Amino acid sequence: MENNINIKLKVWRQQNARDKGRFETFKLDNISTDSSFLEMMDILNEQLVNEGKEPIAFDHDCREGICGMCSLYINGRPHGPDDDITTCQLHMRKFKNNETITIEPWRSAGFPVIKDLIVDRTAFDQIIAAGGYVSVNTGGIPDANALPISKDEADEAMDAASCIGCGACVAACKNGSAMLFVSAKVSQLALLPQGRVEAARRAKNMVARMDDLGFGNCTNTGACEVECPKGISLANIARLNREFLVAKIQD
Amino acid sequence: MSSLLCSSIGKKLLMGLSGLFLMMFLLIHLAVNSLLLVPDGGDTFNAAAHFMATNPAIKIMEPLLGVGFLIHIVWGILLTIQNRKARGSSRYASGNKTTGVSWASKNMFILGVTILAFLVLHIAHFWVKMKVTGDPLLEHTLVNIGGVDTEVENAYRLVNATFSYLWIMIVYVVAGIGLALHLSHGFWSSLQSIGFSNELWRKRLNTVGQLYAWIVGLGFSLIALLQYLFYQG
Ligand code: HEM
Ligand code: SF4
Ligand code: FES
Repeated sequence: MENNINIKLKVWRQQNARDKGRFETFKLDNISTDSSFLEMMDILNEQLVNEGKEPIAFDHDCREGICGMCSLYINGRPHGPDDDITTCQLHMRKFKNNETITIEPWRSAGFPVIKDLIVDRTAFDQIIAAGGYVSVNTGGIPDANALPISKDEADEAMDAASCIGCGACVAACKNGSAMLFVSAKVSQLALLPQGRVEAARRAKNMVARMDDLGFGNCTNTGACEVECPKGISLANIARLNREFLVAKIQD
Repeated sequence: MSSLLCSSIGKKLLMGLSGLFLMMFLLIHLAVNSLLLVPDGGDTFNAAAHFMATNPAIKIMEPLLGVGFLIHIVWGILLTIQNRKARGSSRYASGNKTTGVSWASKNMFILGVTILAFLVLHIAHFWVKMKVTGDPLLEHTLVNIGGVDTEVENAYRLVNATFSYLWIMIVYVVAGIGLALHLSHGFWSSLQSIGFSNELWRKRLNTVGQLYAWIVGLGFSLIALLQYLFYQG
């Protein structure tokens, strides 16, 4: 069902990290409700280029919800007005004719703005570098029955592994906390025998790096879980707390 | 150990443990206070208050309780300051339209400060008068404890007289509601913070937490209200 809408956009523009930044407004006519949100952004940018103006900088890559590159805080929500999707999976049918759409970058002290809608999320890479991997050689694929893993554990590990590192959890959190992200990365490995070996060290090092980078303390509001495009559960945060506390007390 | 308590999760451990400890205290406090509603001129309440004041276990708990409050308040303020800083100074112009997040969970600090303000008043009303300055209303009375007539402080008369003021009653009712809200998030949150939760237990803890929070919070409110309405004169 082809349907076109006219929209007004209020977009955050910021030259660089030191610039104060401001909103700019744009009008776009005849946007198909079948187009994706980022296609709409492409149309706007094409229009800006044709007018000799500088296009709006925003992050994106796979455009199919798996890479974690796209961001954008749209009309009061990270990844916009739909549940369990990334911005690149958002469609214009979620908006009404003549609606004003406000687009902002993630806002958190841990994610400083680089330009316009792009923020610096390398803090997440640094947290991963602190231990979010398996460093022992786990050999080839073991026989299916050599290392039994219960279905529940396997499912939970897979669910935790679906985190794409987009940072919406931090963007949604009133405390600027990265606990949902870190807990997913700790859980996906702690639940499986290959990752279990280094679990204690991993939890301690990743949390220490998270704290160093200035992310906030989790107060369990649950906003992260609501806005996470992959539905990462708060149960992972309880698991991280357990892993971390037990590791520290054993020291 | 120090590196544990300096970490974000370690600080939350202290917050959770102190919160759990305070919640246990509240349960005992409410149980004793409910005796204010026994219509015998306060004899049962006075006997219970006498037992609490003379029991060695309670004597040990009293300074511990002070420490519990202090840790909870100091760390609560510390965490709140750190979290504001981590959030950064720029706000979202389009506000926050995330649904399904409880109001209480986002306002634990404000609710805590409300409780603290009440606490100062509460301590001035009772603890200071009973332990430090004394009060003519506390003049000793005889109650029958286990068949023996015992001379005890008339704590009931002090409480009863305090609740004869409308404004005091209103402050207590409001504080009770504030406490209920604080604990409606705090109960579950404290257990999540110490790592005791998962997909299944979250639902259970939330149900128990709501029950606990509203029974305890509104319980205190109700006692003040009933004392004002039906126990005067
Ligand atoms: C009888 C009084 C109180 C009880 C039973 C109580 C209980 C609790 C509980 C159980 C939590 C959850 C802890 C967690 O998430 O790990 C909590 C959190 C909190 N409380 Fe209290 N509290 C009381 C008084 C206060 C006071 C006086 C303040 C004053 C500042 C306060 C400030 C806070 C703050 C800021 C939090 C959130 C901290 C966080 O989750 O990081 N509370 N409280
Ligand atoms: S936990 Fe969810 S919101 Fe946070 S980074 Fe991972 S996928 Fe994104
Ligand atoms: S662009 Fe890859 S997840 Fe959105």
